Amino acid sequence: MIDFLQRLGARTLERMSNLGRASIMWATALWGLPRRGDYALLIRQIYSIGVLSLVIIVLSGFSIGAVIALQFYTQLARFGAEDAVGLGLALVLLRELGPVVTGLLFAGRAGSAITAEIGLMKSTEQLSIMEMMGVDPLRRIVAPRLWAGLLCMPLLTAIFNVVAIYGGMVVAVEWLGADPGGFWSGMQDAVELWEDLGKGTIKSVVFALVITWIAVFQGYDTVPTAEGIGRATTRTVVMSSVMVLALDFILTLGMYGDFE
Amino acid sequence: MRTLTGHQDGMADGAYIEIRDLYFSRGERKIFDGLSMDIPRGRITGIMGPSGTGKTTLLRIIGGQLRPDAGQVLVDGVDVARVGRDELFELRKHIGMLFQSSALFTDLTVFENVAFPLREHTSLPEDSIRDLVLMKLNAVGLRGARDLYPSELSGGMARRVAFARAIALDPDLLMYDEPFTGQDPIAMGVVLTLIKNLNVALKTTSIVVSHDIHETSSIADKLYVIADGKVIGAGTPAALRADGSELIRQFMHGRPDGPVPFHYPAVDLESELVGGRAA
Amino acid sequence: MIRMRTVEISVGAFVLAGVLAFVVLMVQVSGVSFTREEGNYRLYATFSDVAGLRVRSKVSMAGVTIGRVTAITVDPAYGQATVEMQIIGSTGELPVDTGARILTEGLLGARYISLMPGADDEMLADGDYIEDTQGALVLENLIGDFVTRLGGS
Repeated sequence: MIDFLQRLGARTLERMSNLGRASIMWATALWGLPRRGDYALLIRQIYSIGVLSLVIIVLSGFSIGAVIALQFYTQLARFGAEDAVGLGLALVLLRELGPVVTGLLFAGRAGSAITAEIGLMKSTEQLSIMEMMGVDPLRRIVAPRLWAGLLCMPLLTAIFNVVAIYGGMVVAVEWLGADPGGFWSGMQDAVELWEDLGKGTIKSVVFALVITWIAVFQGYDTVPTAEGIGRATTRTVVMSSVMVLALDFILTLGMYGDFE
Repeated sequence: MRTLTGHQDGMADGAYIEIRDLYFSRGERKIFDGLSMDIPRGRITGIMGPSGTGKTTLLRIIGGQLRPDAGQVLVDGVDVARVGRDELFELRKHIGMLFQSSALFTDLTVFENVAFPLREHTSLPEDSIRDLVLMKLNAVGLRGARDLYPSELSGGMARRVAFARAIALDPDLLMYDEPFTGQDPIAMGVVLTLIKNLNVALKTTSIVVSHDIHETSSIADKLYVIADGKVIGAGTPAALRADGSELIRQFMHGRPDGPVPFHYPAVDLESELVGGRAA
Repeated sequence: MIRMRTVEISVGAFVLAGVLAFVVLMVQVSGVSFTREEGNYRLYATFSDVAGLRVRSKVSMAGVTIGRVTAITVDPAYGQATVEMQIIGSTGELPVDTGARILTEGLLGARYISLMPGADDEMLADGDYIEDTQGALVLENLIGDFVTRLGGS
């Protein structure tokens, strides 16, 4: 029993110290960006985090938009309310699916890549030699990735949403024959700039912070072996996916509140 | 500057590094148990000892990457065990280090690898950086390989690029971690010449950590032999070779068994075999 | 390894695409118009019931959208709702006896304000109130009316 408690205590302490280290790292890295020459680093990270995620974002966006439109249309057509397809699609995407699905894809595509890359740098002593050269790896390696993630997520989410809405439009209007005027005007009447687009964007920024944070920390804290990198990568994807879903619930509750 | 005691043999004009009563342990294992040494300024000092005696750890402590449990490590008058982060980073600009694994930045070309410390620590214009990098690369004979990526280099070439990178800022102190292991005889000769030439030309204080006795003896002005967390012998290569101690004799002449046991601590083989069968 | 120039160009294109996506979401999806300033004017109308009407609902005349609802406030003293709407300048001026009604697009569609121009020579100016208003038809009230009338007859 005492042994169990002891182990529990040790584990809690270990968790706390991990969280502490991660927080310090995060703060230092965010603080440490603006410097000469870091522009090129940032560009490179935006490339590997944002540009390389584009294909999967566009493909998923299109198919998810198409599927939602299909489901909405078949249900709403029973009430003669096909015009509501547009607004339903836009609200679901802007408020929930856009940020969440982009977040999950981002965790799988960019998060895992960040962890693996940093983990490999650690295992080949690149981080260590950098430190020995008097260059702070937090500034050189971690900061550009955090900032690139923060910048890319909202952009990817916006692209995802636009592609999904047009994907839904192709299905509802071009294929099933909904009225294009009703599709767009219903959407424009219901969607509000701050309430829907603004708050959705806030979600995507929060997800970006959390995912890149987890990814970078897992990479930095990895056991420098092939097995360790593999495990850290898996942990990044699992942890950030769970965090995205949990945070989404909390954020929805907080921002759209009043569900009594 | 403090007066040196012990094995200086009149060759040191002041110590660049002074280590006093260093204690360091990893988990239960004691790595350093009251280690003291002086690294003379402008000379090549060899640190030798069997594998696992913490030679690499010592370099990391000198570089301030690891903090000792107790003791004093003065590098050019700065106690790296107690100094603040900014000061430590400042100090490191004057230290070049060559890792066993080369540790080149895999996302940068050879040229950019060597340019890295220059870009980070100086605000030189691009053409000066270019000239400097090409000079350093020329010194290691790899000027032609500047546009290659580390993945395209052989192990020996990578080591030489790492060498060029380590000397990019003309450091006051150069630390070499096992520079001879895994090198073919020609590459080894190249590295030996590089270390020697650099020391002669720039008066760079150099520390060579190695277990290759012959190579290290051939270039070092002073040797330290460490085992069991302590210095067990120090002096010029010739003096050490003539030393009477069993431990040093075993190491210097490369005998497999002696005071440093061949076997990792274990129960007697016979009793383990018999005992295992009985159980 | 890809050359820096290619990287820069694709990053530029990516950021541009992202910003464009935001613009599309603002203009096409949430219907924000950037050309509202010149000549636009505000009108007010009080209704007894604005159920279902929201900020950004359409204001139309003869089926053509000529503006948007910009604010809805309630006046507790009279138990009435005041609606502020922004009329697009190109619509021109409206007579003072213009009527405003709250209608529904289809059976379950969104609420909107329909304006019917009057015949007066005097015109409504920026900030004026429309006098002739008719609130939203609330389905529950209609059904309630219908039931009581059935019972009464």
